[in-house]
Amino acid sequence: MIGIKSFGAYVPVYRMPATEIARAWGGRGKGERAVANYDEDSITMSVEAAIDCFGDIDRKKVDALYFASTTPPYDEKLSASIVAAATDLRTDISTLDIAGTLRAGTTAIRAAMDAIKAGSAKNVLVTAADSRLAPPASEFEPVFGDGSAAFIISDQDVAVAIEDYYTLSSDFIDVWKRAEDPYIRTWEDRFILQHGYSEKMGQAVAGLLKKTGLSAADFARVVYYAPDERSHQRMAKQLKLNPEQVQNPMFGVLGNTGAAFAPMMLVAALEQAKPGDRILWASYGDGADAFVLKVTDAIKKIKGRRGIAKHLESKMQIPNYEKYVRFRNLMQGEADRRPQYISSLPMMWRDRTQVMPLHGCRCNNCGNIQFPIQRVCAYCQAKDDYVEVPLADKQAAVFTFSMDERAVEVDPPRVWTISDFDDGGRIYITMTDRDISQVQIGLRVEMTFRKIHEGAGLHNYFWKCRPIRVAGSKAAAAKKKKASTAKGA
Amino acid sequence: MAESIKDKVAIIGMGCTKFGELWDKDAYDLVIDASYDAFDDAGVGPKDIQAAWVGTVMGSTATQLSVPLKLDYIPVTRMENVCATGMESLRAAAFALVAKAYDLVLAVGFEKLKDTGYGGLPMAVQSGGSEKWHPVIGSGDSAPGRYAMAATRYFHRFGLSQEEGKRTLAKISVKSHHNGFLNPRAHLRMEVTEEQVMKAPMIAWPLGLFDACGVTDGASAAVLCRTEDARKFTDEFVTIKGFGLSTGPGMGKVRTDYDYTHWEETQRAAKQAYTEAGVKDPRKEISMCEVHDCFSIAEMITYEDLGMCEKGKAKQDIEAGELSLTGKHPFNVGGGLKSFGHPVGASGIREIFEGYVELLGKAEQPERQLKNVNLALGHNQGGNPGRFICSICIVGHP
Repeated sequence: MIGIKSFGAYVPVYRMPATEIARAWGGRGKGERAVANYDEDSITMSVEAAIDCFGDIDRKKVDALYFASTTPPYDEKLSASIVAAATDLRTDISTLDIAGTLRAGTTAIRAAMDAIKAGSAKNVLVTAADSRLAPPASEFEPVFGDGSAAFIISDQDVAVAIEDYYTLSSDFIDVWKRAEDPYIRTWEDRFILQHGYSEKMGQAVAGLLKKTGLSAADFARVVYYAPDERSHQRMAKQLKLNPEQVQNPMFGVLGNTGAAFAPMMLVAALEQAKPGDRILWASYGDGADAFVLKVTDAIKKIKGRRGIAKHLESKMQIPNYEKYVRFRNLMQGEADRRPQYISSLPMMWRDRTQVMPLHGCRCNNCGNIQFPIQRVCAYCQAKDDYVEVPLADKQAAVFTFSMDERAVEVDPPRVWTISDFDDGGRIYITMTDRDISQVQIGLRVEMTFRKIHEGAGLHNYFWKCRPIRVAGSKAAAAKKKKASTAKGA
Repeated sequence: MAESIKDKVAIIGMGCTKFGELWDKDAYDLVIDASYDAFDDAGVGPKDIQAAWVGTVMGSTATQLSVPLKLDYIPVTRMENVCATGMESLRAAAFALVAKAYDLVLAVGFEKLKDTGYGGLPMAVQSGGSEKWHPVIGSGDSAPGRYAMAATRYFHRFGLSQEEGKRTLAKISVKSHHNGFLNPRAHLRMEVTEEQVMKAPMIAWPLGLFDACGVTDGASAAVLCRTEDARKFTDEFVTIKGFGLSTGPGMGKVRTDYDYTHWEETQRAAKQAYTEAGVKDPRKEISMCEVHDCFSIAEMITYEDLGMCEKGKAKQDIEAGELSLTGKHPFNVGGGLKSFGHPVGASGIREIFEGYVELLGKAEQPERQLKNVNLALGHNQGGNPGRFICSICIVGHP
């Protein structure tokens, strides 16, 4: 049976309280929503969710990557291939972007199922991520959130079997955005909700139940998209669901994360699920997809994911709405007389294994790990005698740092660190997602893939460090070990 | 067999422009003014010069000297070794004399920085900076950000609280501003108080505005000949006692054993220069040091790595006033990069100019004229902690 072999998710560290939006534009605000840092986009968030999803699974066994988003950073240039490179997947794999619809996440799952069924792939990584820009002062603004989810679809060792599905396609227009539009556009909600969301979602669920002979009561959990909280509640009534069946849609803590929303809700549901649970999962956008899922015993083996729950716990409030204005470049500031960032495709290409999957080198002669890769060993001068080693999954401790207030930076100060990896090697790297009052020597950090700048009209990606988001047992042990070293230094 | 350069080369004339934001001077004006000062001082003219070296980091080619001076098709070479650039011009000129390739040569350093429209230095990629530029690895970093990492670590290693560390550094800036205040050629001629330094806006934590040197236009020049010829031109001259140049392999950001609290390249260059000059105990023999204080922390660690203060104990000597004009080991008598200014390519020769002035008793203000000056040391380090090019030159009486 084809199904979900592993799952993971990512929620950016920043939360925007609705009261802060209300302060800017008036109205009342309740709850909060997750907002991507200025250096995050659908690619970086997909990398995060993918890494969370891998767990102990050998990522070299992934033979296709489907990237789903309505906000791919490039109109022309594949996002999936960038995510594949950053997550250190093989290159002899199929990469595909599925964009242009809020239903992109479930469309990608269906495409993955088809590939596996056709025998063209064994393990397909599906990522769904969105960071949609709501018009300032619109009804969307307090509702939209940013985040991502990832799944490995396989027909081996599935934790969640996908028993059946029903798909409905529709040309109905309710939200849209042309290339020249800065923000999402829409129509009067009374019309679009009635003939769009309510009608199409209802038809898809009804279609699925008819196809499978199941009724709503047969599901332990019903996980479904809705554009907003009220519509979500109405749909529960329309589908005649018991309140305990309904998966919490996380409005007020996460927000509507677009193409990633239904996938993220599913991850949240799976974090609570027991073997044998049957789940109805439905997403909406240009029609609707509905699935019958059944949780297997293998779900017990999925451990250590940060997923939704732990990522939601780990948060920082964005200091104010004005900070968000800068993060999203919503207001033109003073023209900078300083040189703009530039880039170089040959350099990015030459150094691709260092830039994308963050490989350093380990000297075959003396064993020292070094970054960037040194052809002549910095310790023993052995020439061209090294192996590449991945550093992206290594934790480190800050050896020293500075905070540059004058950097060309969206969110000053720019925190520069010299960080020493627990397992050897040192890196000169900036810190993101940080509370500057907590930055200190010895701070435990992990690596995170981010957009560095847009020099030469390119999205120039590389890694930053950040304070460890979720302390696990592994991190705590390393902290103990490192704390004693730091004292001695 | 290599020999020490000690006393083989004489500096018979020097010039230095006023340093500052020289809105009305371009690069040509600067090299003309500094060179003619040096010609007049040596009693020579441009036609007497047989070869020249011109140091500039952000500038362009050797024609930036030959064209403004209308030199007569003689060999001119542009030097660039980041902040060590000026002293490299001097070193190349001195070696050419020792090689007896020429008899009378000119070394010039200049920088014109204030035409850009913003503070700080232009981006490295456009200026041949000290480090390989990369689109994303280390992209967008800055000199203050890099030096500040050393300050953070120094405070941590030697147990200084943020307040204590910043206050110690503040005393260095107060001293340098005082020295520059007395110097008519200095850029930032003003006294500052410790509290002003402490409260100044942050540049790169923990370094604030008064921990950082100015961004300055200026030029400096020297006319040199072999010592045996010096008296043909003048009775007032100094001789070169030794050079040191250490170019690090740049492993501070790579090797985990670099501590960010010492300047290895300064230690190595000092050893070379002390050996050439025959200096056994720098604390006893060196009368004054003009050192690279692009940031206050640069100067503090340099005290220790030149052997003028014990490692980790610079704070005591700073507090005791040992490094002030009236102290046992006066540092940055001219005001340093901090107050005199730092037109990058000009700074090396400017430091030697300061030693030359003090050695010959030519300080304009009596209160800044040191007594019994025997050896004056100039020091520049280009790059950033863990990856420096350090140049040292010691001059003294013939």
